[in-house]
Amino acid sequence: MCLAIPACVEKLTTDNHAIVNLSGIRKTVSLALVENIQPGDYVIVHVGFALQRLDPAEAERTLAFFAEMSSLDNQI
Amino acid sequence: MSSIKVKSGYVRALDLKHGHVEMAHGSGGRATAQLIEQLFVAAFDNAILRLLNDQACFPSSGGRMVMSTDSHVITPLFFPGGNIGSLSVHGTINDIAMSGAQPRYLAASFILEEGFPLIDLKRIVDSMAEAARNAKVPIVTGDTKVVERGSGDGVFITTTGLGWVPDGIDISAHRASPGDKILVSGFLGDHGVAVMAQRENLSFDTTIESDSAPLHELVAHMITVVPDIHALRDPTRGGLATALNEIARQSSVGMLVQEEYLPIRESVNAACEFLGLDPLYIANEGKLIAICSPADAENLLTAMQAHPLGKHAAIIGEVIEDTHCFIQMQTRFGGRRIVDWLNGEQLPRIC
Amino acid sequence: MKYIDEFRDRNLALQIASQIKSEADPAKHYQFMEFCGGHTHAISRFGIVDLLPNHVEMIHGPGCPVCILPVGRVQTAISLSHIPGLILCTYGDMLRIPTTDGMSLLKAKAAGADVRMVYSSIDAVNIAQNNPDRQVVFFAIGFETTVPPTAVALQQARAANLKNFSVYCNHVLTPPAIAHILQSPEVRELGLVQLDGFIGPAHVSVVIGSQPYDYFAEEFQKPVVIAGFEPLDVMQAILMLIRQINTNRIEVENEFSRAVLQNGNLKAQQTVADVFELRRTFEWRGLGVIPYSALKIKAEYADFDAELRFPIEERSIADNKACECGAILRGVKRPQDCKIFGTVCTPDNPIGSCMVSSEGACAAHYRYGRFRDHQSSISARV
Repeated sequence: MCLAIPACVEKLTTDNHAIVNLSGIRKTVSLALVENIQPGDYVIVHVGFALQRLDPAEAERTLAFFAEMSSLDNQI
Repeated sequence: MSSIKVKSGYVRALDLKHGHVEMAHGSGGRATAQLIEQLFVAAFDNAILRLLNDQACFPSSGGRMVMSTDSHVITPLFFPGGNIGSLSVHGTINDIAMSGAQPRYLAASFILEEGFPLIDLKRIVDSMAEAARNAKVPIVTGDTKVVERGSGDGVFITTTGLGWVPDGIDISAHRASPGDKILVSGFLGDHGVAVMAQRENLSFDTTIESDSAPLHELVAHMITVVPDIHALRDPTRGGLATALNEIARQSSVGMLVQEEYLPIRESVNAACEFLGLDPLYIANEGKLIAICSPADAENLLTAMQAHPLGKHAAIIGEVIEDTHCFIQMQTRFGGRRIVDWLNGEQLPRIC
Repeated sequence: MKYIDEFRDRNLALQIASQIKSEADPAKHYQFMEFCGGHTHAISRFGIVDLLPNHVEMIHGPGCPVCILPVGRVQTAISLSHIPGLILCTYGDMLRIPTTDGMSLLKAKAAGADVRMVYSSIDAVNIAQNNPDRQVVFFAIGFETTVPPTAVALQQARAANLKNFSVYCNHVLTPPAIAHILQSPEVRELGLVQLDGFIGPAHVSVVIGSQPYDYFAEEFQKPVVIAGFEPLDVMQAILMLIRQINTNRIEVENEFSRAVLQNGNLKAQQTVADVFELRRTFEWRGLGVIPYSALKIKAEYADFDAELRFPIEERSIADNKACECGAILRGVKRPQDCKIFGTVCTPDNPIGSCMVSSEGACAAHYRYGRFRDHQSSISARV
């Protein structure tokens, strides 16, 4: 349900829109549902709308948690 | 007016810049002749066509012949990496080549819609001519009809090809047998994504171009190295998944594909993520699947990679015994799943 | 693809898998429901089942808006598309859903109706602006994730004073459906279905936040882990659920912290509240009528409500008697337990709701997993 993909905001355009880039695929999305988006932010895109800014620190934390677990496992 | 001298039988030259296809161009009269001579014959130019007969007459070398026909309809008519014209030449050449045959002659039949700009028709015909010349497969006969405005989608092109199979070659989709290796000649999904990016309701920007290309020279090279290729197929509509399912059914076998070996560009994957599509079902127009015995696989791979159109070739899996003819895929993630037949048309989804 | 590929890493997957294996108590049988079709899709597409021990079982929930939409409402959309001059816009997902008489929006289009697939709700507004002489109806579906974009479309249509745009609203809500499953007799009283915990929605939670799930932890004593839709997210969520159960904790945990805040996206919620209000009842295909489980367009936007603009009669059409979708959606049965699964009911000819979308439990099992039902007959050699 609810196909949505994180993509990088490349450039803000007029009318509260932005161009996002996902591995070379560029698309214009609406920023009507989010606030304070800057180029370089990653946003979750659903049906042409940015739904949320992705928190890079939390993403790192989640990944670090996975990695921590694997290193833990290696020690066992 | 009297000062203008009109030669008898004079017809104003086709206005290839501003003119449009008219019903008269399909009437069989002078306008038809003019369109054929000034546009088609001029572009496709070859000795057989120049005779302007209703058929092409050429010598045969005996042996087994291969014939294939393919109708081309596509929206939009022009896309990055090609247009309906080049596509119609490559498509039929590839269908012939998948038998191991060398394509020799093409026939082309056009259905034109009244009002279609001649300048666009010329672009299409020129790119067909160029594709045919580069492939060294001449278009030796053809036909043109015009339908009323609203009864067509600009241009439909049907091409028919004829080729000769070298002695000793027996390539057919019913010959895949358990243990055989499955190879693909390069990146998957480029054509479908390039075309989709142009559709107005999906519009996204990408540098991906259609892979539309003639594969007969790649095939000729492959069979000189490995004459006993069991099966070849170009995964066009329905993509790799559909082509593998077709071969599996024809050969009554299953297949096991390794996702990590599938050559797919990151940008094609990204477009698919956006639209909720699976790259395995996206069309290709310049790729082939080859199936051969495990002993031949490495040689065949090296041969493919040595050719410009097979540079990114890879061994992607193997044929297995399976009465259900399932195509299974070992996912990159470590699990397994089926790669099933496509259900209906693949539509972008939001959930 | 940043923030995608890292979450599909095979080595990490194997590490989490081995952790699950070592922490899952072999004396216990764990049954978790992933509510969302997105999770169902990830589980099927990446073959996650193969990485789980046999005593950790996933039950596919009803979180696919295409699947749970009653046939009657699809038929209404088809009837709307037959109104002369009308343009019916909808997402690609809706076009193929068959009605009981074998119709679909795609077939209606083939028969001459002007049905257009849109990628975004805004595309439908644009179509209305470009066709001022024609009525344009946006056939809107989706859970909380897809509601805010529809709300923005309605706000734009009102701001532009569009007289020819309306929305046929079929938006539904996640928490009431989860509550409905937990309150079903099989789960609550009869104990026929053991549900040990939930994997909570990813993108729905981006909008509504993690807070609405607290109720399930408290009221129904079920652990919830909100998880992203990438396969590592799902694996990690399963591990977190196992840990909650093993340590007798019942909490709402948030694995998808990179996108889900406790209170969700407040701006999106405000936009929705401006345009929509709760519907008293809504019928869910396979689950029946669930109170306050859907949204309707507010009176302030009544001019843009297709249900008020056009004569629409509510039609309730029962599913085929042999269809087990209701039981499958509540976790009572598995797709392969249904008599018509894979015989009469296939993705090409779906009889029940779970076979309709590729995210439905039956379609996912058919398209991706049914080889497991025949595994004994397969001699794989890789």
